[in-house]
Amino acid sequence: MNETATATTTPNRIASHKTAEAMIVMEHVNKWYGDFHVLKDINLTVARGERIVLCGPSGSGKSTTIRCINRLEAHQSGRIVVDGIELSDDVRQIEAIRKEVGMVFQHFNLFPHLTVLENCTLAPIWVKKMPKKEAEVIAMHFLERVRIPDQANKYPGQLSGGQQQRVAIARALCMKPKVMLFDEPTSALDPEMVKEVLDTMIELAEEGMTMLCVTHEMGFARTVADRVIFMDKGEIVEEAPPEVFFTNPQNERTKQFLGQILNH
Amino acid sequence: MKPSRSAFLSWIYDPKIRGIIAQVVTLVVLGLLVGWLAHNAVTNLAARGIASGFDFLNDPAGFGILQTLIPYTESDTYARVFVIGLLNTLLVSALGIVAATILGFIMGVARLSKNALVSALATVYIETFRNIPPLLQIFFWYFAVLQAMPSPRQSLGWFDAVFLNIRGLYLPRPIPTEAVTAFVVAVVLAFALWWVIARWAKRRQDETGQPFPVFWTGLGLVVLLPYLASLVFGSPFTWELPQLRGFNFVGGWVMIPELVALWVALSIYTSAFIAEIVRAGILAVPHGQTEAAMALGLTPQQRLRLVILPQAMRVIIPPLTSQYLNLTKNSSLAAAIGYPDLVGLFAGTVLNQTGQAIETIAMAMAVYLTISIMISLFMNWYNKRMALVER
Amino acid sequence: MTHETASSLQPPKVIFSPIGWMREHLFSSVWNSILTLITLYILWLLVPPVIEWAFLKASWVGTSRDDCTPGGACWVFIAQRWSQFMYGFYPEALRWRVDLAGILAVLWGGPLLFQRFPWKKLFGFSFLIGYPLIAWWLLYGGDLFGMTTVPTDQWGGLMLTLVIAAVGIAGAMPLGILFALGRRSELPVIKAVSIAFIEFWRGVPLISVLFMSSVMLPLFLPEGMNFDKLVRALIAVVLFQAAYIAEVVRGGLQAIPKGQYEAAQALGLNYWQMMGLIILPQALKLVIPGIVNTFIALFKDTSLVIIIGLSDFFMIIHRATVDPAWLGFATEGYVFAAAVYWIFCFGMSRYSIALEKRLNTDHRR
Repeated sequence: MNETATATTTPNRIASHKTAEAMIVMEHVNKWYGDFHVLKDINLTVARGERIVLCGPSGSGKSTTIRCINRLEAHQSGRIVVDGIELSDDVRQIEAIRKEVGMVFQHFNLFPHLTVLENCTLAPIWVKKMPKKEAEVIAMHFLERVRIPDQANKYPGQLSGGQQQRVAIARALCMKPKVMLFDEPTSALDPEMVKEVLDTMIELAEEGMTMLCVTHEMGFARTVADRVIFMDKGEIVEEAPPEVFFTNPQNERTKQFLGQILNH
Repeated sequence: MKPSRSAFLSWIYDPKIRGIIAQVVTLVVLGLLVGWLAHNAVTNLAARGIASGFDFLNDPAGFGILQTLIPYTESDTYARVFVIGLLNTLLVSALGIVAATILGFIMGVARLSKNALVSALATVYIETFRNIPPLLQIFFWYFAVLQAMPSPRQSLGWFDAVFLNIRGLYLPRPIPTEAVTAFVVAVVLAFALWWVIARWAKRRQDETGQPFPVFWTGLGLVVLLPYLASLVFGSPFTWELPQLRGFNFVGGWVMIPELVALWVALSIYTSAFIAEIVRAGILAVPHGQTEAAMALGLTPQQRLRLVILPQAMRVIIPPLTSQYLNLTKNSSLAAAIGYPDLVGLFAGTVLNQTGQAIETIAMAMAVYLTISIMISLFMNWYNKRMALVER
Repeated sequence: MTHETASSLQPPKVIFSPIGWMREHLFSSVWNSILTLITLYILWLLVPPVIEWAFLKASWVGTSRDDCTPGGACWVFIAQRWSQFMYGFYPEALRWRVDLAGILAVLWGGPLLFQRFPWKKLFGFSFLIGYPLIAWWLLYGGDLFGMTTVPTDQWGGLMLTLVIAAVGIAGAMPLGILFALGRRSELPVIKAVSIAFIEFWRGVPLISVLFMSSVMLPLFLPEGMNFDKLVRALIAVVLFQAAYIAEVVRGGLQAIPKGQYEAAQALGLNYWQMMGLIILPQALKLVIPGIVNTFIALFKDTSLVIIIGLSDFFMIIHRATVDPAWLGFATEGYVFAAAVYWIFCFGMSRYSIALEKRLNTDHRR
């Protein structure tokens, strides 16, 4: 347990980036489910344009961490600030943050009753009050970016898992978010479809999108991440740039986890 | 094994031929059964001196009916009695469907409420009323509540306009005046405008992105225009209030106690099932859908309207229509308290008078079969149209 | 702000407090508080008068209506008529036979409801074959082995209701399974006949079926061949119920993966072996909750037999409420009837839900 103190203040923190301005700040964030302490004093600052990969065993709180950022889960103590907007119980603040934060889910969560195009235009039309034509132009732009413009008028149920997940990414991008959250985007996919989704994510990263990814794709972490954060039992155990994280992990739990995940 | 051992019987091992034999046997047995029943029926009818056929429909009925929606005298024919019974069945079914739907949706949503008290109360309501036979509920309202109402002189009254007593529920009756045309025009105009505004608003939103509060504007129009019309042209209706004359009320609209009991009981009974359907429909939408809508920044109202309801309704509507069918079938319980519905009137009274058992029951059943076939055709059409497209 | 180490932090509001619970569940927002207040008002209007009527001011002991105080429920009425409500007009001296049939049903058939009961097969088969015969012998007698006959027009009350429901389900099961198989048959004639049968009965109200059995059936049978009223009602109930069971069973048959059919055929089983040994045992297990739900509907529908003049549980009570000696206690009678029906139906629906849950978990494994 006393590893915690050292881990959270590990010297490997990377503060300097393209802009010093922080996109996301989490300070002393705590969360409980009943008596179960799911997030233990999370401190995390994400700079603009920074790409972060969160990893760790299941139940370690990594999904919960990013779900707190757009208030899919409420934290009970501490501060979360996204692009200068502090999360509070105020609905207006929550909605303002959700407009700026895009999210991609493990199970895609596309709306099955709407076509691919309608999935992408729904939020721009209703949340950003955008004319339909304009929303469709933007949607087609992003559908082209994820390389499925020809599927625009199909329903999600007619697409493969990989295609669905790329639509989900396009749907989130249509809101022109400043941050993208990825919650295990490849875990529900068949192996042959993982690559197409990862490629899309890599392209996105190369364009300078601020990204927080919960993923077990260590190859992705190595090539894309500015920082890898390892969580276990609700706390941040270790954080380091990928080259350090994978070659010279400091913490026993990290070593153990990497041993399990890289040796199969 | 050598196949030639009993070549001439080998065809009985051919599944195709076996299938044909099975079907022929079924048909023959069925035909014999029907023929035997028909033969018995013909013999029995002849022995009792009953002429089969539908000629009796042209005979005068010669009995009074408690409630008729179209003019009727005792000298009218059995055919007219059939129509009256059908209309009475449709009346109570329609009233029941409207009330059960409203009650059911309220209770279904209430059961999902985050408010513990509201959801507990809704649960008690649902579990109580769906586990008590509908007939018992009809009897309760009819014999224990409505028959225990006071005599007309001691009626329960509200605002001197609505009265409830042992003879039924008395409501004010609107009598149209000259201004009614203007009023009707205003109502029609209001709905037409609503439609026009809805289309305009959709186009405007498509073009500029600006949403428009169509619902509230439309509602305002529907209230305001007829109101203005009645201000300008005078009141469209005079209300004929029920009034106590001697021992009874005259004037106004009367709902006979049989209808009230049937309506209340069927509405409550069916609403308990509808509530469960609504609840299941809403729960059937995965939580991920709500989360995705939240993550996109949709407001709670938008989430409900654009994401949850369109998906929930697909789940809700098929079982909902079959509840409507059940309610219509259950309305035949009317026979037990003497409400003149199709079954009670036609398969009951008319049958007793004419002895035309086969014809009367067949006609009553044909009506229900027609309704249920129509409803299942609708359901097939709806399911095909609304099915989520899958690979 | 002092920074504590993470592990020393305690979750906020860990201790359950009624006030905290109320704030969260009843008064979390203005709208919620208004709802709570409205609900409380409704409860305040409803509950105290009902409790006062049913319990506080109710009369429990006595022998006639004079023992009842006005303003409260007269449960004396129920107590006085109890045995009639249970047995109808079954001869008093022979009521032990009804009791014995009931006890046998519970001891013999009851254990079958439990998943873990070890001798299920033994009890099941002997119960299905032996019990109907013994019950018939006990209830009807038929002058066999010294049992005096009790004609069915003396049967009544809860006993009759249970008999109709039990015979209804027992008769409808085999018929329903046959029609379910027929509806999924590849032979067009069999399929058409099955669909017609199922859709016909499902399309018409039970009342009209009962009317049919009471007035039309005698016309369709040869002169002299006639059933008593109860048997006619039972035929109607069985045919009607079989259609509903058929649809439930069909649902189960559809839920069995195609691979099971193919595997059975690959093993060389013929149609009846495949159905009897592989498909039906799985499908029937799946649809038990659905069958219980159909049975609940049937149980409620038994009350309709009053239309053709049988004195089932509800009819006996209704008749008692119009007895001049006890006039004015209709509410007590109906409330009692409702409570009994409710206990049966609610109990069965809980059982079906529990089964469903178990089936779901069984499947996930």
